[in-house]
Amino acid sequence: MSKSTDKKPMNITFKLWRQKDAKSEGAFETHALGGVSPDMSFLEAMDLLNDDLTKKGIAPIEFESDCREGICGTCSCVINGQAHGPERGAATCQLYMRNFKDGDTLVVEPWRAAAFPVIKDLVVDRGAFDRIIQVGGYTGAKTGPHADANAMLVAKPDADQAMDAAACIGCGACVAACPNSSASLFVSAKISHLAMLPQGHPLRERRVLRMVDQMDQEGFGHCTNIGECQSACPKDIKIDFIAQMRREYVKAVMNYRPESASGGTG
Amino acid sequence: MDIKLDAKSPQGPIENRWAKFKGEMKLVSPANKRKHTVIVVGTGLAGGAAAASLGEQGYQVKSFCISDSPRRAHSIAAQGGINAAKGYMNDGDSVYRLFYETVKGGDYRSRESNVHRLAEVSRDIIDQSVAAGVPFAREYSGELANRSFGGTQVSRTFYARGQTGQQLLIGAYQAMMRQVDEGTVKMHTFREMLDLVIVDGKARGIIVRNLLTGEIERHVADAVVLATGGYGRVFFLSTNAFNSNCTAAWRAHKRGALFGNPCFTQIHPTCIPVSGDHQSKLTLMSESLRNDGRVWVPKKKEDCGKHPNEIKDEDRDYYLERRYPTFGNLVPRDVASRAAKVVCDEGRGVGESKRAVYLDFRDAIKRVGENVIREKYGNLFDMYHEITNENPYQVPMRIYPAVHYTMGGLWVDYSLMSNIPGLFVLGEANFSDHGANRLGASALMQGLADGYFVIPYTLTNYLGSGKLEKVDVGHDAFAKAEGDTNKRLESIVARAKVGGARTVLEIYRDLGTTMWEYVGMERTDAGLKTAITKIQALRKEFAAGFKLVLPNGVKERNQLLEVALRVEDFLELGELMAIDALDRRESCGGHFRAESQTEDGEAKRDDENFAHVSAWQYTGDPSKPALHKEKLVFEYVHPTTRSYK
Ligand SMILES: Cc1cc2nc3c(=O)[nH]c(=O)nc-3n(C[C@H](O)[C@H](O)[C@H](O)COP(=O)(O)OP(=O)(O)OC[C@H]3O[C@@H](n4cnc5c(N)ncnc54)[C@H](O)[C@@H]3O)c2cc1C
Repeated sequence: MSKSTDKKPMNITFKLWRQKDAKSEGAFETHALGGVSPDMSFLEAMDLLNDDLTKKGIAPIEFESDCREGICGTCSCVINGQAHGPERGAATCQLYMRNFKDGDTLVVEPWRAAAFPVIKDLVVDRGAFDRIIQVGGYTGAKTGPHADANAMLVAKPDADQAMDAAACIGCGACVAACPNSSASLFVSAKISHLAMLPQGHPLRERRVLRMVDQMDQEGFGHCTNIGECQSACPKDIKIDFIAQMRREYVKAVMNYRPESASGGTG
Repeated sequence: MDIKLDAKSPQGPIENRWAKFKGEMKLVSPANKRKHTVIVVGTGLAGGAAAASLGEQGYQVKSFCISDSPRRAHSIAAQGGINAAKGYMNDGDSVYRLFYETVKGGDYRSRESNVHRLAEVSRDIIDQSVAAGVPFAREYSGELANRSFGGTQVSRTFYARGQTGQQLLIGAYQAMMRQVDEGTVKMHTFREMLDLVIVDGKARGIIVRNLLTGEIERHVADAVVLATGGYGRVFFLSTNAFNSNCTAAWRAHKRGALFGNPCFTQIHPTCIPVSGDHQSKLTLMSESLRNDGRVWVPKKKEDCGKHPNEIKDEDRDYYLERRYPTFGNLVPRDVASRAAKVVCDEGRGVGESKRAVYLDFRDAIKRVGENVIREKYGNLFDMYHEITNENPYQVPMRIYPAVHYTMGGLWVDYSLMSNIPGLFVLGEANFSDHGANRLGASALMQGLADGYFVIPYTLTNYLGSGKLEKVDVGHDAFAKAEGDTNKRLESIVARAKVGGARTVLEIYRDLGTTMWEYVGMERTDAGLKTAITKIQALRKEFAAGFKLVLPNGVKERNQLLEVALRVEDFLELGELMAIDALDRRESCGGHFRAESQTEDGEAKRDDENFAHVSAWQYTGDPSKPALHKEKLVFEYVHPTTRSYK
């Protein structure tokens, strides 16, 4: 899509979510901002707004960002009802103001999901994702020297597909976009990434069982194949991986042999 | 403080030194490892790999990062790849060649022993990463793919699409999270280290601020590992992540750790040019683009305003190919960056700002077809399109150099230990193996080498070498450090109350502009002196007051308060960089002193007077640091003039 090449500064109205902490009630607050260049990123406009608020003695709006090039997964705003805003395949930090017109109002909210409590304003706690990885999102190989990397071949299509899944940036937009607040896209991306590689096989069954169990415990909802997650995903992760996760899960339930006590008596 | 700089490198043939170290090192038994607590600050490639490895060995690890998850560390943004001397391509690569090229590429300002070890363990990194599930690019044979990167003549770069840093970091993160599950690593997210605690001359803990609640916490350990990344954000605009900072390293410096070669900065030649005053960061276009793109500017100034596609071939100056016929568009970063500056200074820059050059894929598309180019660089082209609103398949990209990496950092010995016993520094935070210029795809290699393959040995050697006294957070040194931190925070509150003409961000941007103008790609005696005066003035302004809103003081989340604390440190570090650059009256690598150049404008090194690491000591007055020198000895790679002609 070709966007306007007009460089005239715009006036934008921000309707922003303010919330002191997880326990407090939140509300919208409205601020007008002039001098917004179409070449600014959305986050740069937010920087400008915060500088403006500071000059007026108003507390700045808390929002998160880091790499500002769509790979760290830190930024997380729902803009005009869409996780990461209207641009497809882009994180909040990759959204440019040329997507909007002079006089537009932007409604900016945090990710909304029970498993992602609001920390402050637009910042939420995504610790649940780390805890899901912690119970199984790894190969299990110890760190240190290993057999030569080329000792085990991996077919290119498998490696490519593993990479498609591994591209997930863990931002949580899938959860924010899902009417059920399901984390299935995130969890399935990790399970598929490691299931596609021979290095992921020793812990394959244990992984899917433990990660799915943890996902449920964290309070994420169930997947009902709506597909909003895929549309919101800044990395275009496909819901096919959710189907793969289900297959992995069923196989694991059938095959899983719990670890026996180790060590022996000798 | 009386300081003797001793790298403590093992002696003997260089290829045996690391083996010798490992053979002679002190060990700690598995039962005793459990009794040692180690603090690891930072969860990038260096810190993540270190925490995973030390946890795996059985140490009790406390890991810290400023973000909401360890996986967000700035390492995630690395695009192009990671070097390793695997020699899979049968093209003449070897450990020795990687060692040689790294020393030479660094313009003979790094330590041979360390660099050789780096080249040796580079091979293990690939094995480890594959075992951890990193989905590197592969050939149809199922073997790992390699490419040539950043001016090397062998193909030794491993990559995972344009997301190599992400995949390597996720590999380390996952290994670390496994240790969290095992109970050996305890993760502390949203924590910013604000001070180092030293007891009896040894590093024994840190003071951190909980970024969610504002609480100040004390953490004690038997050793402290800093892996907090580089300080490129002193320039405000850089390719570094928004929250990258120098605070942890700077605070350690103020407690006595020496800062090595602070002025050594890498300016990356292929970044998207600045588009306006609002800009918060610069975006790198991977160096791999130079494999197929040709760099040019118009020959005549009058043509600079024209549409590039209307400029005929004979009116284009492919200046890298002209000046460096052997390496052409693939000359190392420092050379390519400076050459771009030269043509723009001549008034031949393009784009609105006239500070840009073209990176043109027309010929490559003609040669191999648009599809091949799309397959190789599709994501980068899309990114460029998104940011600039221009289609690089049809119009040449506009690029300009930007600050990218800092070779300088805390001084460390062969064991990666600073001059403060028990304080280890890994990754970009140390003064590192890259001398005055880092080769592409070597930072990921170094971060993972330090974390996976060096620190597990050298830290064990330290802990096994002598008994440490029992210390807890009730110790006076902790109370003192916490008190100092609280005083600093109170002073910020007071200055915010006073107010001032400008916001913290405005002062920060001003520092960045000053650094870029005078301590950037070209440095002169007069310019550096100007920088020092300007930075001192900015520091004075900052010390008096600034606009910052703290509705409930410092005991709550406030990101602009975090920025204020970091800017305070950058305002001191910036001056040290200028002082170091002023002292180093030679040109080497990324450090170009205009007074020291050849007739055709190439960098002129001065080995007689400057073949040393400049390690600066904090004296209490940021304007008067004390200089210590570690002499560099080259037994294997004998200094010659780096020529890419
Ligand atoms: C855009 C880009 C592309 C790059 N591409 C490549 C490439 O292709 N190949 C290559 O080899 N190199 C590349 N580099 C360089 C490389 O990515 C970095 O040098 C490297 O990743 C640094 O790793 P690190 O572990 O030392 O630090 P970082 O990854 O920066 O991690 C720092 C950690 O410290 C924490 N931290 C910082 N301060 C504090 C504090 N005060 N308290 C507590 N925690 C703190 C942070 O939270 C973070 O976890 C690239 C760099 C950039 C910017």
